[in-house]
Amino acid sequence: MGFPDRIERTVEIAHPPAKVWAALTTAEGLGTWFGNEATIDLRPGGAAQMTWTDEGFTAQMRVERVEEPTVFGFTWGIFGLPDEDPRRTYVEFTLEPAGAGTRLTVVESGFAQLPEEAHRKAYDGNTEGWAKELGELVDYLNAA
Amino acid sequence: MRPDSEAVAEQVFIALADPTRRAILAALAEGGPATATDLAGRLPITRQAIAKHLALLSDAGLVTAEPGERRRVRYRLRSAPMRVAQQFLAALARDWDGPLNALKEHLDAT
Repeated sequence: MGFPDRIERTVEIAHPPAKVWAALTTAEGLGTWFGNEATIDLRPGGAAQMTWTDEGFTAQMRVERVEEPTVFGFTWGIFGLPDEDPRRTYVEFTLEPAGAGTRLTVVESGFAQLPEEAHRKAYDGNTEGWAKELGELVDYLNAA
Repeated sequence: MRPDSEAVAEQVFIALADPTRRAILAALAEGGPATATDLAGRLPITRQAIAKHLALLSDAGLVTAEPGERRRVRYRLRSAPMRVAQQFLAALARDWDGPLNALKEHLDAT
């Protein structure tokens, strides 16, 4: 079957790195070509978010690397997993000058993160936790 | 990714390829742990067929059998294998070609 852990794309863009950098790292840029609305606190550890209004979907990102104008990296949740799932993929954009333009590489990695045994216990624990909490709620309501 | 996770995902996809097993897993996800008899009451499938599929799902590690009331076995969905399979699907669903084309168009337009 083959599990892809990373997705990599390289595109040549006929605009200088500074302009590409601005499109990747500003709320105006991200909210135009990527999502429909965006906010970003451009520093390692800073929060960013993008909203796709049509899909009613918001992605929460955490800025990890900011090396203007060559490397911009962030982590975000894995598509299809619940928001509270701790596992995230890492996205890194690398900008290299190519003539008058830019060679832009995007690498997203971490799709193959495995639930370790500890994780599995946590998940099973969660399920049981819900059953227990609901039971306690019922007891509480019955006692009141 | 460790090789065993591929085996785990394969079990999930095999399980999901069958409409009866999909219905059983969906019923367990929606309503929580249930016995074969409970499921037979909710699904248009005989109890015998449900029991056969539950045994298969249990062998594959997708459900766990636990003691229920009156010594009847209840089956509980195990979510961990689903998450492994979900990560495979997540990689397929993540689209970078679309956004990168949008980026190019955005830069050309500004």
